[in-house]
Amino acid sequence: MLPKPPLPDPPSDDKRWKIVATSMRRLGNQPHALIEALHSLQQTFGFLDRPGLEYIAGTLHAPLSKVYGAATFYHHFRLKPKGRHTCIVCTGTGCYIKGANRLLDDIEKKHGVKPDQTSADGEISLLTARCFGACGLAPVVVLDEEVLARVTSDDVERKLAEVRGNVPR
Amino acid sequence: MSPDEIRGMAEREREHQAGRSCVLQVCTAAGCQPMQSVEIKTALEAEAKARGIGEHQCQVKSVGCLGLCGSGPLVRREPDGAMYQRVTPGDAPAILDSLGSAPPTHLFLDTRQPFFARQTRIVTANSGRIDPERLEDYLAAGGYATLARVLTEMSPQEVIGEITRSGLRGRGGGGYPTGLKWSTVAKSPGTPKTIICNADEGDPGAFMDRSVLESDPHRMIEGMLIAAYAVGASEGYIYIRAEYPLAIARLKTALRHAERHGLLGNNICGTRFNLRIELRLGAGAFVCGEETALIASIEGNRGTPRPRPPYPAERGLFGHPTLINNVETYANVPSILERGGEWFAGIGTERSKGTKVFALTGSIANTGLIEVPMGITLRDIVFEIGGGVPEGARFKAVQTGGPSGGCIPEQYLNTPVDYESLMSLGSIMGSGGMIIMDDSSSMIDVARYFMEFCMTESCGKCIPCRMGTVEMHELLGRFLNGSAAKADLDLLEDLCEMVKSTSLCGLGQSAPNPVLTTLRYFRPEYDAALAAGGR
Amino acid sequence: MAGRVLTCQIDGQDVSGLEESTILEVAREHHIRIPTLCHVPGLPEAGACRVCLVEVEGAARLLPACVTRIAEGMKVKTESERLLKYRRMTVEMLFAERNHICSVCVSNGHCDLQWLAQTLGVDHIRFPYRYPALPVDSSHARFVADHNRCVLCLRCVRVCGEIEGAHTWDVMGRGADCLVITDLAQPWGESASCTSCGKCVQVCPTGALSEKGKSAGEMAKQRRFLPYLTLMRGGNHV
Repeated sequence: MLPKPPLPDPPSDDKRWKIVATSMRRLGNQPHALIEALHSLQQTFGFLDRPGLEYIAGTLHAPLSKVYGAATFYHHFRLKPKGRHTCIVCTGTGCYIKGANRLLDDIEKKHGVKPDQTSADGEISLLTARCFGACGLAPVVVLDEEVLARVTSDDVERKLAEVRGNVPR
Repeated sequence: MSPDEIRGMAEREREHQAGRSCVLQVCTAAGCQPMQSVEIKTALEAEAKARGIGEHQCQVKSVGCLGLCGSGPLVRREPDGAMYQRVTPGDAPAILDSLGSAPPTHLFLDTRQPFFARQTRIVTANSGRIDPERLEDYLAAGGYATLARVLTEMSPQEVIGEITRSGLRGRGGGGYPTGLKWSTVAKSPGTPKTIICNADEGDPGAFMDRSVLESDPHRMIEGMLIAAYAVGASEGYIYIRAEYPLAIARLKTALRHAERHGLLGNNICGTRFNLRIELRLGAGAFVCGEETALIASIEGNRGTPRPRPPYPAERGLFGHPTLINNVETYANVPSILERGGEWFAGIGTERSKGTKVFALTGSIANTGLIEVPMGITLRDIVFEIGGGVPEGARFKAVQTGGPSGGCIPEQYLNTPVDYESLMSLGSIMGSGGMIIMDDSSSMIDVARYFMEFCMTESCGKCIPCRMGTVEMHELLGRFLNGSAAKADLDLLEDLCEMVKSTSLCGLGQSAPNPVLTTLRYFRPEYDAALAAGGR
Repeated sequence: MAGRVLTCQIDGQDVSGLEESTILEVAREHHIRIPTLCHVPGLPEAGACRVCLVEVEGAARLLPACVTRIAEGMKVKTESERLLKYRRMTVEMLFAERNHICSVCVSNGHCDLQWLAQTLGVDHIRFPYRYPALPVDSSHARFVADHNRCVLCLRCVRVCGEIEGAHTWDVMGRGADCLVITDLAQPWGESASCTSCGKCVQVCPTGALSEKGKSAGEMAKQRRFLPYLTLMRGGNHV
């Protein structure tokens, strides 16, 4: 067998690349570590950027197109940076029945963002989730890790106004 | 741990627990946690301390799901089992005041109501009773004793025989006989064999598996261990949704504890049985609930399914024979081996044995998690246990099986809940989501909601699912905005039939079900939409 | 290594084939035509286009002929009213999905999709067209990728990964948003992994991948090399 090409250097001397490298090494830098590596990259840097994807492809000896194909297949992965705050509206059936779409419409009206977009000032990223599994609290909105249960559009608006301009916790 | 050590540790913990006169169990699962249940626990502890009540007298304990999520946060007290509802941290003094007597009226939750009384708890037996982050708690409840007995006293064939006798069927949706699946994997040549737990619970409006993992993770692990022993697997994976951070954390803790005590790894319980379990995070793809797509995802690929055969039982993860079951299926296993297949087969109906966990949501009084014997009627679930639709609304339909299931109208509410009966109504058992809709819901809108779900979750590999869902979504939209013509209705029906018959995997094959059932039971709504559009 | 010979029935005709053969292989050996789209001799099967679905007696579902192995005594129907209806709908969907305008296409007259439509008698499309706005990538020195004409059969992905070994092509996104991509979805001409071997162009069933400089109807594909190439490279997908 031909020797494997050497492992690439991290894209920069940012110490955090070590976290990503470790996640891949733990699984022997094998191609099947790809999804775990993407999780690790996103958790560490907030989104999947091009140098990061190239670094993962090089380390796992995976084709670039395969890495990009996987990164864009899964909803969880983001290829663009998030806004300062993330507002996730659950659109699971329980929440849908209790008006999740109205919440989304009202947020769009007020802040000009559709799901998967970030407001022009980079403050708020609006996301949807398929179900948090907390249907007893429907409709559910998660704002910067804080779970808002049985919310109305006014509740969401008040909360958004509160965090806008503030540094997230 | 040897079987003796397991017994010893359980015994010690039981003695320890018996010394306490009172335990306050605070639900810290994902249903109650956002409502400050951790703060409630802290407040109760502080209050107890301030009153000089020691931990040996009254213990405040973090537990998993107590079931009635809609009335949360919930607190339960031992030994009498009384429950407190809609608790706030400020209620701590009132709760401690009431320890010897009934809970104050505004907190009192009647545990004699059908919601609690009519349940049969196997999978959720320990939920809300034990601390999911303590191995000792699980041991004290009899945990891992069955594993020890199985490993030392039973052959793999005997284990499979017991599961076959129990009549257990897959709880992830399809209802494939579990014993048959296990024996196929056991007979498949090729090593190492692999065992996978599908914890990628994807149906919107379903949270049974999340709850089991947050409330009693060791039960699922024990089930996996027994299954691995039965089929001869030495590699294990748990594929879990990234959207369930709390379940992931508790599962990680449980795996760590099990490893540390020799319940995972090499020479488990002092025998020659080895199993390693790795956790793999899903990344938000519903189609990964399909076995071959799930395998593709663990292998580091796009989660697209492939044609079967070969089935994973012959050629699965990395080409090895692979057993895949979901969380609830594994969670049934320890009880079946403990009490025997006969006992399990005595619960339920002719062809659907045991119990099923359902998540009740939507327009219903009691939102939450229930475990009921198979064969109970939909009416009993919705109106007895669920308490019916809230005042002022009228029941319209119950949706089972998520995006692969269907909407069942009032006239079929006396149908017993079992795999075959639900299928004959055009729905499926599914993984256990049950969404109740009242007369404010448009059934066409509901059908379109599920179609949108399938459309965005379609992997795109085969054309009937990739485009069929888009076209059906578009046509349903025409009914909602009043632009549908009769030809659209014909095309919609043709499409349902074609997508169902020609799609590559279960996602596409079942995607038309919500449309088909609404066409079958709520056709007047479609006709009215046609009439309103004047076509 | 000779395997067992099995006998079965396709469209009422008694046929035989080696154990492990697919229904499609046996049918073709006996000159029974089953239409295909994603299948190319020499490539691993995708089972994705659903055009070759057949009815097998006793089977609960329709089965893809390209991956279903024959069995002793199996009875297969390759043409029934139901199958023809589904095949026509499948082709209609493919047309409605993207922007296929045959008259101006380089592959007009040499296109597998067009041929399918003709043989199945698809003369109009009942489905609403999607008219997606899709790019044309002409950055490569010799080839053009026109996503408007792609049917996502994944032939290019498979030939590039499995035969050429470059794995320049893959698929991004999911559902109706899927697109074939080169490397990190960058212009084909900038791809570092592409060897410009041109196999992807030759296996493409439509005008989605073509050689530069061809005008309407001029792009006929050469595919006969593939089974030999596969054999020479030790593949077993012949």
